[in-house]
Amino acid sequence: MNLTLHIWRQKKATDKGGFATYKLAGVSPDSSFLEMLDQLNEEILAGGKDEPVAFDHDCREGICGACGMVVNGVPHGPQELTTTCQLHMRKFKDGDELWLEPWRAAAFPVVRDLVVDRGAFDRIIQAGGYISVNTAAPRDANEIPVPKTDADLSMDAAQCIGCGACVAACPNASAMLFTAAKVTHLGVLPQGQAERGPRVLAMVAQMEAEGFGGCTNHGECESACPKGIKLEFIARLNRDYLKAAIGGREAAQQRTVRR
Amino acid sequence: MSGKTLALRDTTIGKKAIMAVTGVIMVGFVTAHMIGNLQAYSGREVFNAYAAFLHGLPGPLWAARLVLLGSVIAHAWAAISLVRQNRAARPVRYQVKQTLATTYAAKVMPLGGLILLFFIVYHLLHFTTGHVAPGEFRGWQDAYHNFVTGFQVPAIAGVYVVANIFLGLHLYHGVWSMLQTLGINHPRYNHWRKRAAIGLAVVVAGGNISFPIAVLAGVIK
Repeated sequence: MNLTLHIWRQKKATDKGGFATYKLAGVSPDSSFLEMLDQLNEEILAGGKDEPVAFDHDCREGICGACGMVVNGVPHGPQELTTTCQLHMRKFKDGDELWLEPWRAAAFPVVRDLVVDRGAFDRIIQAGGYISVNTAAPRDANEIPVPKTDADLSMDAAQCIGCGACVAACPNASAMLFTAAKVTHLGVLPQGQAERGPRVLAMVAQMEAEGFGGCTNHGECESACPKGIKLEFIARLNRDYLKAAIGGREAAQQRTVRR
Repeated sequence: MSGKTLALRDTTIGKKAIMAVTGVIMVGFVTAHMIGNLQAYSGREVFNAYAAFLHGLPGPLWAARLVLLGSVIAHAWAAISLVRQNRAARPVRYQVKQTLATTYAAKVMPLGGLILLFFIVYHLLHFTTGHVAPGEFRGWQDAYHNFVTGFQVPAIAGVYVVANIFLGLHLYHGVWSMLQTLGINHPRYNHWRKRAAIGLAVVVAGGNISFPIAVLAGVIK
């Protein structure tokens, strides 16, 4: 396969950046998208003039959430429920022209080329995406009964790998789907009840502080999500948040924003 | 759990909730407004009697007007605030962007809202105060006359038709979004949310659009 690649090149966060065009020949349809970029980088390095294209990747198995770029206007590319690393070149045609861009959001500053800083997600998790338990002698795994439907719902939400495709796809660069998944996967379990109110208040406050936009119910995030996180979770986040903000005792307590 | 809890009005979710609640009030009004105006099909006496009935209740009338004015202001304030925040959240736009799920109705919400705001002002100047009414304006005492003479002007009828198309789009996305924003979501009933929104949008906008067309067609004269 022969491809024309238009890739966003940006040396550092403060640079303006712009597109550079590369011709890549002899790409195997069996290679993964990232292997195609590896091939490009080897050619760039052999050429000795340009620097290789920086992109995030780790497990290359679709479960770590490190990889991700916008391919022809779609986060993670054209295949549904698939991360960039699990996308294969057979999904493209010989002679295709591809535009590769980083996630675009004020809250995700570009570090270099296609790499963005997703520290904002980490800070949302730090604000409340956990449960507090005393650890000592191991406790029986089935000590607390959990209804099957709740366990399934929690597991569906826990599918989120925090890749940021929802933010990239959203016309408002909103992090509602991510935050909703993280709030839900703990909030529907008995173990998550103790901190349910403070959790949603703290995580939403941090989400707002990071400069993400709001949800306008376009549904782009749900379609772009490689893990099939549903819009239903955003309604749950809204419900949990409004319940805690209006009726919860926690809302009355004073807290400070961590940035 | 650290982190300062923000006041409801300071979060996007809180602002959306304000838009949803004020939206419910305005949806209720616009639906009742359309149903009330259907009495134009029953002729001059019935329609004018309805106007006289409403004006015979000055207390509730003014209470409703104040609540609606407050709703419009709160709705618009939250909308402007959210649009600004949403634009700021993506300072660098994509060179190539494909949409996967969104609808025209969803994309046109801010513009449609602005169009509806201008239309409401125009509509009040036309039928409530009579400042921009064509020909003789006879107040609420002969609202039927104002109704017919207003819509006999094709340009005015056109404005109402176009505005109501935007009202329909706004209602479709707004009603469905309102349920989502308030967390009214259940897998068993979710498929009814969009159907109900489409149904309400078509009935309200369709009813309203029928009035100028009925006047131009000579059905109401």
